[in-house]
Amino acid sequence: MTTPLETHGLTRENLLAIDYFLRLTRTLEERLVALFRQAKVIGGLYRSLGQEGESVAAAYALDYKQGDVVQPLIRNMGSILVAGAKPSDIIKQYMAKGDSPTRGRELNIHFGHPDRDGFIGQISMLGDMIPVMAGITLAGRMQKRNLVGMAFIGDGASSTGAFYEGMNFATVQRLPLVVILENNGYAYSTPTAKQSAVKTLADKAHAFGCASEVVDGNDVLATYAAAKRAVDRARAGEGVTLIEVKTFRIKGHAEHDNQSYVPIQLIEEWSAKDPVVQFEKALVDAGLAATPDFDAIQARVRSEVDTATDEAERSPMPRAEEAALGLFAGDGYWGEG
Amino acid sequence: MPVTTYLDAIREAMIEEMRRDPRVFLIGEDVGSYGGAFKTSAGMIDEFGPGRVIDTPISEVAIVGAASGAALMGMRPIAEMQFIDFITCAYDMLVNFTATSRYRVGSSCPIVVRGPAGGGTHGGPFHSLNPEAMFMNRPGIKIVAPGTAYDAKGLLKAAIRDDDPVLFIEHKFLYRRIKEDLPTEDYVVPIGKANIRRTGKDITIITWGAMIYVADDAAADLANDGVSAEVIDLRSIIPFDEEAILNSVAKTNRVIILHEAPLTGGAGAEFAARIAEKAFDYLDAPIKRVAALDVPTPYSPPLEAAALPDKARVLAAARELLRY
Repeated sequence: MTTPLETHGLTRENLLAIDYFLRLTRTLEERLVALFRQAKVIGGLYRSLGQEGESVAAAYALDYKQGDVVQPLIRNMGSILVAGAKPSDIIKQYMAKGDSPTRGRELNIHFGHPDRDGFIGQISMLGDMIPVMAGITLAGRMQKRNLVGMAFIGDGASSTGAFYEGMNFATVQRLPLVVILENNGYAYSTPTAKQSAVKTLADKAHAFGCASEVVDGNDVLATYAAAKRAVDRARAGEGVTLIEVKTFRIKGHAEHDNQSYVPIQLIEEWSAKDPVVQFEKALVDAGLAATPDFDAIQARVRSEVDTATDEAERSPMPRAEEAALGLFAGDGYWGEG
Repeated sequence: MPVTTYLDAIREAMIEEMRRDPRVFLIGEDVGSYGGAFKTSAGMIDEFGPGRVIDTPISEVAIVGAASGAALMGMRPIAEMQFIDFITCAYDMLVNFTATSRYRVGSSCPIVVRGPAGGGTHGGPFHSLNPEAMFMNRPGIKIVAPGTAYDAKGLLKAAIRDDDPVLFIEHKFLYRRIKEDLPTEDYVVPIGKANIRRTGKDITIITWGAMIYVADDAAADLANDGVSAEVIDLRSIIPFDEEAILNSVAKTNRVIILHEAPLTGGAGAEFAARIAEKAFDYLDAPIKRVAALDVPTPYSPPLEAAALPDKARVLAAARELLRY
């Protein structure tokens, strides 16, 4: 007996690719936790446990061959894996290696060039990337490239002035921008209710006049469908969409945070709605995949993460002499003209 | 009769660069049909259209952020601050995102942020800022401050063509007061090169922006007293022409640093430190700074005049140094 599944135009191959990215995200993060505990990760480590589903599903709605650009926040490592980021580069970033994409200058997933890589890392001043993504999509329109931008932002960052300015400007300009507003319950230790008084964060769209939608962020296919609708609208010239994905941060703000401020019932309740488990169950119930498929995907993921870890561990730290280089063009540090 | 104002020089630089390079565009508040609060972009929308002369909401963070995003994609944006004071609203974006882009992640982010700065026009505390020192200690952004129409045009072209972010500080007092004959052919003024406006052997006055004219007047008065003053128009604050400064100090052995921003923590402090470190043996007298009082720029003319540096203070400083 199978349960029919609305796949929103995704083929079985697409669905298994999504599953691969979900498992890759989770396995890679688990590896990073191990490296963190061995003191091989230099800075903080920020888990996306429970949020892999919306990170991967939303980013899967973009067309990177078309030049689309995704901009993750710290809990959206899955989105840049979809865009093509290499696991070895991510591990090297965390380990501050000299041959990491930023050569040891920046942390974690703060890397990527929008034009070259299809993704651009955030800066730590939350909200600032919305105006930047407005500019990326503005340039795409000026260059007649018909590309779409997708920006992730958290419930906490939706309180910033930069978020407001960027959303307002992008909407006025009808820019092809999709904003995924992740409501994961907490901004560090501050619950959403102390962050915003709106009934639901998607209501903030009324302040801009853009389209909006609310979706269950732990439902991979529903998130994909909402993102795809927004991407299609953006590409058709219909402007900005704000999608609130309702999800939950299962781990603390970072590995050092035991999140004693989060009621245990909430964690239990949301853990039971694990996006990867739910997605795979839906595929099984629909007869689209079975345990051996997932085992094969997991074996591939494990092997890729092992290889990436080996490569990152072998990589050198940056040379101290490099600290003064690469501030301006002209010293050739980044290999520019 | 010289025809090109300092303001026209800025507009001509933008127009010529936008004709030369389709990647260049202007973005800011009221820059379109209105032509900008000072009419700096008057008529540009007629030639280039609203797609390249972009009016924005009152959102400095969005202006600088959008310009930066577009620059990463290969465009060459000029972001206008209606008054340079308002760059403080986008300070975070400019110093944290834009200025660090190349060093942090290897991504060139070549935007120009330009706008009217400076006092003397009774603009009060929020329309008189001289912002250079705020940015000097945040590596990754170049800072230029032209005092002549020639330099305004040549430095703006250099800034637009530069592969890194540039803060272009225009002095609004000069907009229509300065008129010059400019070359008809294309030219740039290299960023980082000072201009020796007047050569002298007894004392050096290092300055930039509108203060170059105060220095000129002071130097003329000193000449009447038989004192030969050298006036250096620094033009670029970051990077600055250390060689020109040190060569002049080695020759005159006395130096005044004159700037319109407040004294404490001003750009002059850095130049003074550099001279003390690298040319101490050449000095016959202390390094003297002449700058604004350490107050917000006040509105009323007698207060503003008292707050900003003037010729009398430069002359007093020079006479003090000449006693050594």
